[in-house]
Amino acid sequence: MKEQLETIRQEATARIKEAENLKELQDIKVTYLGKKGSLTSVLRGMGKLSKEERPVVGEIANKVREAITNEIDEKTETLEKKALEEKLRNEAIDVTLPGRPVQVGGPHLLTGIIEEIEDLFIGMGYEVREGPEVETDYFNFEALNLPKGHPARDMHDTFYITNNLLLRTHTSPVQARTMQQYGGMQPVKMICPGKVYRRDTDDATHSHQFTQIEGLYVDANVRMSDLKGTLNTFAKSMFGEDREIRLRPSFFPFTEPSVEMDISCKVCKGDGCSVCKHSGWIEILGGGMVHPNVLEMAGYDSEKYTGFAFGMGPERIAMLKYGIDDIRHFYTNDKRFLTQYHHAKGGAL
Amino acid sequence: MFVSLNWLKNYVDIDSLSSEELAEKITKTGIEVDGIEYIAEKSRGVVVGYVETCDQHPNADKLNICQVDVGEEQLQIICGAPNVRQGQKVVVAKPGAVLPKNFKIKKVKLRGVESNGMICSLQELGIEEKYVPKDIAEGIFVFPDDVTVGEDVEPLLNLNDAVLEFDLTPNRSDALSMLGVAYETAAILGQDVKLPEETVHSAAEKAADYVSVSVKDPDLNPYYGAFIARDITIKPAPLWMRNALIAAGIRPINNVVDITNYVLLEYGQPLHAFDYDQFGSEQIVTRRAGQHENMTTLDGEERTLSNENLVITNGKEPVALAGVMGGLNTEVTDDTTTVLLEAAYFAPSTVRTSVNDTGLRSDSSTRFEKGVDPNRVEKAGWRACHLLETYAGATILAGPVSFDALDRSEKTVEMETDEINKRLGTAVTADDVVSILNKLQFSFEQDKDTFVVHVPTRRGDIAIFEDMLEEVARIYGYDQLPFTLPEGASQAGGLTGKQQLKREVKQYLQSAGLMETITYSLTDEAMIDKLISPELKEKRPTPVQLAMPMSEDHKYLRLSILPELLKTLAHNRARTQSDIHYYELGSVFVTNGEPITRQPDEKLRLAGALTGLWISHPWQQEKKPVDFYLVKGIVEGLFDYLDIPAAFEQVELPDMHPGRCATISINDRTVGFLGQLHPAFEKSMDLKETYVFDMNLEAVLDDYTNTTGYRPIPKYPSIARDIAFIVDEDIKAGAIQEAIAEAGDPLVKNVQIFDVYKGEHLPEGKKSIAYSLFYQDPDKTLKDDEVEQSYQQIVSTINEKFNAYVRS
Ligand SMILES: [Zn+2]
Repeated sequence: MKEQLETIRQEATARIKEAENLKELQDIKVTYLGKKGSLTSVLRGMGKLSKEERPVVGEIANKVREAITNEIDEKTETLEKKALEEKLRNEAIDVTLPGRPVQVGGPHLLTGIIEEIEDLFIGMGYEVREGPEVETDYFNFEALNLPKGHPARDMHDTFYITNNLLLRTHTSPVQARTMQQYGGMQPVKMICPGKVYRRDTDDATHSHQFTQIEGLYVDANVRMSDLKGTLNTFAKSMFGEDREIRLRPSFFPFTEPSVEMDISCKVCKGDGCSVCKHSGWIEILGGGMVHPNVLEMAGYDSEKYTGFAFGMGPERIAMLKYGIDDIRHFYTNDKRFLTQYHHAKGGAL
Repeated sequence: MFVSLNWLKNYVDIDSLSSEELAEKITKTGIEVDGIEYIAEKSRGVVVGYVETCDQHPNADKLNICQVDVGEEQLQIICGAPNVRQGQKVVVAKPGAVLPKNFKIKKVKLRGVESNGMICSLQELGIEEKYVPKDIAEGIFVFPDDVTVGEDVEPLLNLNDAVLEFDLTPNRSDALSMLGVAYETAAILGQDVKLPEETVHSAAEKAADYVSVSVKDPDLNPYYGAFIARDITIKPAPLWMRNALIAAGIRPINNVVDITNYVLLEYGQPLHAFDYDQFGSEQIVTRRAGQHENMTTLDGEERTLSNENLVITNGKEPVALAGVMGGLNTEVTDDTTTVLLEAAYFAPSTVRTSVNDTGLRSDSSTRFEKGVDPNRVEKAGWRACHLLETYAGATILAGPVSFDALDRSEKTVEMETDEINKRLGTAVTADDVVSILNKLQFSFEQDKDTFVVHVPTRRGDIAIFEDMLEEVARIYGYDQLPFTLPEGASQAGGLTGKQQLKREVKQYLQSAGLMETITYSLTDEAMIDKLISPELKEKRPTPVQLAMPMSEDHKYLRLSILPELLKTLAHNRARTQSDIHYYELGSVFVTNGEPITRQPDEKLRLAGALTGLWISHPWQQEKKPVDFYLVKGIVEGLFDYLDIPAAFEQVELPDMHPGRCATISINDRTVGFLGQLHPAFEKSMDLKETYVFDMNLEAVLDDYTNTTGYRPIPKYPSIARDIAFIVDEDIKAGAIQEAIAEAGDPLVKNVQIFDVYKGEHLPEGKKSIAYSLFYQDPDKTLKDDEVEQSYQQIVSTINEKFNAYVRS
């Protein structure tokens, strides 16, 4: 019987070694270890053995079973691994084929610019105010020190609806409205973005509709140097720490003194180039100290309160920042234009 | 305003600066210099020549052979100009000379005859054609006799001049004169101003013997001065004056006209020269025009006037529209010998009205409209007389005859050094202020730190302390101001809840895959009543129309964002961009009734338009076009995001697909609509299948309540049951869903549709809709019989309500 067991073992080992797949291995398992397997039938003949021989042969038989089981397990693992490898090999794909496109939306470039400016001034303690696009002559002009017949009204080619109603030519009426609402009683610190309209024929540099963003700060003892410092902070964080600002005298009916602000040209660092029209400076915004007439009309005592105001054009900023050559792009909404500015924030002019 | 630097040098010393440096300083101090023009490119080897002989070319009718003395030598030059004559002093480019555009002069042979150089026209020297006097526009330039043969022509013709182009703000009309520019330049450089010569050797004869002056409306015409200049010879003005006018952008005509133009530019005071012999009377009467009074202006146009216009008359009929244009009959001509010279102050308002009425805007009217310097009106008259005497041989009669009610007083402004520093944030001293006022040439009285400034009348823009503050600041230098930040109490800035929410709505739509657009608020007549949301249309809004639109395309304020948004889709489609997914957030303008007297309501709306493919992945054959349920999903997602329940109901709207359109409502109130455009409308706009949505965002946001609480996460498991009903085809799935939710309340927490089926195994005209019901009790684990009871309740309700039976 010992010989018989040994033969079974050797035979099994050889077959396990040769087995090529899990099915074969399963068959081997049944053949040797199954209920009708050869090892089982050998063990069934144990009854014929002597009392002394039985435990000895029994032990051998157990060892053979253990050995075969181990060999089958080992082989199973090997074959499973091989099968998995095979499967993975078959699952290989061409990773260079393009992926499924994702629909990505995004803000309009002007929204990006406006929100960046909003956030910047919110950080400096400003609130954001909005106002109507159809304005009265009073708020658009008179409350801003532009009485009827004032020559500076020529600067604004206005879309009138009636003698008294018009499309606002600037966002400044929001300043007048806010001050009036505050009734001369409390400081004002606000910016107001929005759409404005002028009688211009649309071309590369003119648009009958465009956007503006204005700021106003009214309090006791606001100085012109505060305007300069505030604009400097704005310019450096909007356009880069290395940029210088320059103020030049200018004229707006609602401010006195008035300023125009330039920033140093990034391209030539002030030496002059085509971007800055060889001046080394790029005009960015206008502003000034709030005219006493404007304060008084809104109910502020101009002896006690002073203030500054400034205004800029997001289109101009965007055009300078990205080198855009035609203002109409902002309103044509060509997909090939819009998709260039999915995340129109950051960067420097 | 064009400022010739050679001209400016007559009044102020600017020789130490280059034109670029001067431009930079002027810009920084307050007048923006837009550009520097050079009269002509540099020429070399161009001199004055004397035409000794001039004979016709033997082989060419139109050419002349000239022997020209150029000083050191005599040159034979062939000249084709029709006006070349023996005895002229002309411009000669010698062989080797270089003219503008790098045109090199060489010795050549013309029709067999040698030509050693060229006799030049002004155009050939680089002067723009429009400034060349008309009589020599086709020919060469001829010098007056007093120039020296062989002399370089560059200074003689002012070719070395640089011209600064001022971009003047409306307040700085003082710089509409060379004298004003001189004061400004002098203030910047700390120099003096040298004033022009105004002396005249008046004759004993009196102007008053020739003319009387009567002013009917002193408010409109507070000063009128009439000078009489006799014995005039009309001829070209002196070369220097012609050069100056060309540099300033004015074409020279003759000495009298050129002198009035020259003084206009020099003093900023418009003058008018009438031919005295054609004046038609010996009296000047200025008055308001009569209603519908007619006159023919110098340009030959017949004008109908009103009593807002001021006219100059000869007592019988108008001879000039005051400040704007003279009449045809009294114009100075070559035969004029006696000139009546008008120097007047016309009120800005009347000139402005006349300009607007006639559309005639000129160098003169521009200055009157802004208000001329009252102290320079009469002086300008004398200056012109001085020039007429010198360059037109005029005899100036004792005068002028004038009407004078003009206020020439100077305004005074008080200021204190402390207040200046408080406003500017500076630390200027009283001495600094003194120095600044001296530079500006403003007279003042000083008491330690207090100043009373007498503002010269040439600076009509300065009236109050803040105006003087700007003067001090700009001469002190804006670049000298310190950088400070406001010292007021700080406050927290931020967005309002609604502003924040608006940003979130945008963010949601963008992450859902839509691109933001900004379109025009003004639309055209054909589009103004298109695609107006039903709840808005119900109010019968009146379109707000511009009084004077620039174009038919932008005439009405929009009542819906969609029309202009759809135009951008068509624009893109025409450029083969066919997959477009856009949204826009903006105002529409709603008002009722006509005429419009109040500001329209500006309603914030949110609209979207989608067309083409939503998903396109060609190599996997995946193509999913935009459809109704995509757009609805985006809209539903927005309401989920805002946690506002919204309902959708089938509706038929104009220009929308009758079977694919729904209203959007919240709290039983319609706030918008969505759906597919009607194919006929799509076609009319050059669009393919297009889906839109539009809603009153303001109403939606008003409904938003900020959830500050907390909804506990359920502790007990939920149980799902599926159920399918067979119903008539026209029954809406949403209605059944709503009824299920109602019948299953409170245990049914959620109802979802997972299958809609029509066709085989179902009777004709029926469909099956399958729902998943999710049961949950927040307080305990649900028992099967509880669920079963509710389930049966739902089945019987739906059966009753919709004649539906359960599909097994
Ligand atoms: Zn540059």
